[in-house]
Amino acid sequence: MFPGPVEVIGHIWQLAATGDLVPDFEKTLLRSAIAFVISMVAGSAIGIALGRVRWLDRLFAGWVLVGLNLPAIVVAILLYIWLGLTDFALILAVITNKVPLVVVTMREGVRSLSADYDELALAFRMPFTRRLRLIFLPQLMPFFLAAARTGLALIWKIVLIFEVLGSDGGVGFRIAIFFQFFDVAGILAYTVSFIVVVVVVEYGVMRPLETRISSWRLARG
Amino acid sequence: MAPGPRVEIAIAEKRFAGEAPPLFAGLSIDIEPGSVLALLGRSGVGKSTLLRMIAGIDTSFTGTIAIGGAPAASAPPPGFVFQDSRLLPWLSALENMLAVTPERNVTAAREWLARVGLADAEQALPHQLSGGMQRRVALARALAVNPKLLLLDEPFVSLDRQLVDDLHALFRKLIAAAQSTVILVSHLPEDAARLADRAVLIGGRPARVMGDRRLAIARDQRSPRDILNLTEELAQEAEATT
Repeated sequence: MFPGPVEVIGHIWQLAATGDLVPDFEKTLLRSAIAFVISMVAGSAIGIALGRVRWLDRLFAGWVLVGLNLPAIVVAILLYIWLGLTDFALILAVITNKVPLVVVTMREGVRSLSADYDELALAFRMPFTRRLRLIFLPQLMPFFLAAARTGLALIWKIVLIFEVLGSDGGVGFRIAIFFQFFDVAGILAYTVSFIVVVVVVEYGVMRPLETRISSWRLARG
Repeated sequence: MAPGPRVEIAIAEKRFAGEAPPLFAGLSIDIEPGSVLALLGRSGVGKSTLLRMIAGIDTSFTGTIAIGGAPAASAPPPGFVFQDSRLLPWLSALENMLAVTPERNVTAAREWLARVGLADAEQALPHQLSGGMQRRVALARALAVNPKLLLLDEPFVSLDRQLVDDLHALFRKLIAAAQSTVILVSHLPEDAARLADRAVLIGGRPARVMGDRRLAIARDQRSPRDILNLTEELAQEAEATT
């Protein structure tokens, strides 16, 4: 019931060598990555549009609120019923859960854009693309990074839950099977592996990206 | 070298939506090529708005503003200096200049930075520079964009005495070399007494020209006493008209 660290690590080794650990992680990470990219792109586009265009925001603000508070599990169940137990349904459910969060963050970012810098661009007749690259995007970057960070954390979690609910493999699917056999060592082996992946993504991708994009902020401190 | 353009302001009416009395009605000022005009007046009288109309940022008015004969919005962009330095914090001093100059000429930008005494600071981010240095980058940026027409919106506020003196001296030297046409908005008569060829005082609602005087002594030949006297006279004039 309470396996020690040595036993868990041995189990990881064994599952990776002979079990389904590697293909399971491949499946889960691929699903997460697809959902993440689509959510960030779609959410940013919608968020920027809502922040920029007032009547659009008035029209859709209510829907964003509904989307934010819709229980994740309800979306997943409905999509599984309507679309079948497919990867497509799973990824779509994850996106549906994630997009409103990105929208809200990016909308806030657009609303906080400085009118002073717009005036600067107007006074010097900056061309549109230069304005976008040098004034618009640098101001939105911190919001985009915040959305990406909370996004990754959320997507990991709900992908697993949806895999438990119904899929043909993946980390969540495997953990559900271990659960049925009370295989605590298996559950912990998968969990530890998962944490390793999260740490690698954090220090290998997110941190360097953040440092690069916001180095001017760090220099200020 | 040709002096800066003539600026002819002939505003029929400028009003903000929903406001009863217009901000300007029948306001005309003609600014000679290569001259420095100080636009004085209380805060809220519309000096900054007028400057933005000359810059072509604000185009919702009736009448004309011509820069070298062309409408303000289609004239070459002016060298604008804002009240704050308004540098983009994520770009270095040099990049800040390249961001707004149409042809991104690195050599020219470096030369302007050197002329304001910041040759060593081109890679520095704005917050690594002191307040005075930031203003100098903003001045260099404006000159790099258009040394012939400079529009300055209270560029010397919230700086200490010594810095203002230094900036004034630098500014006088640079605009004399470039023969710029300059419109300097300020609420301080002293700025006019130290820098301008002509001081125009606007006031009232709708704002009109309340005083217009050419400062007799050439701007680089004024003694400290002349400057004191001129400041005093301009201040009294402002006092008398409000």
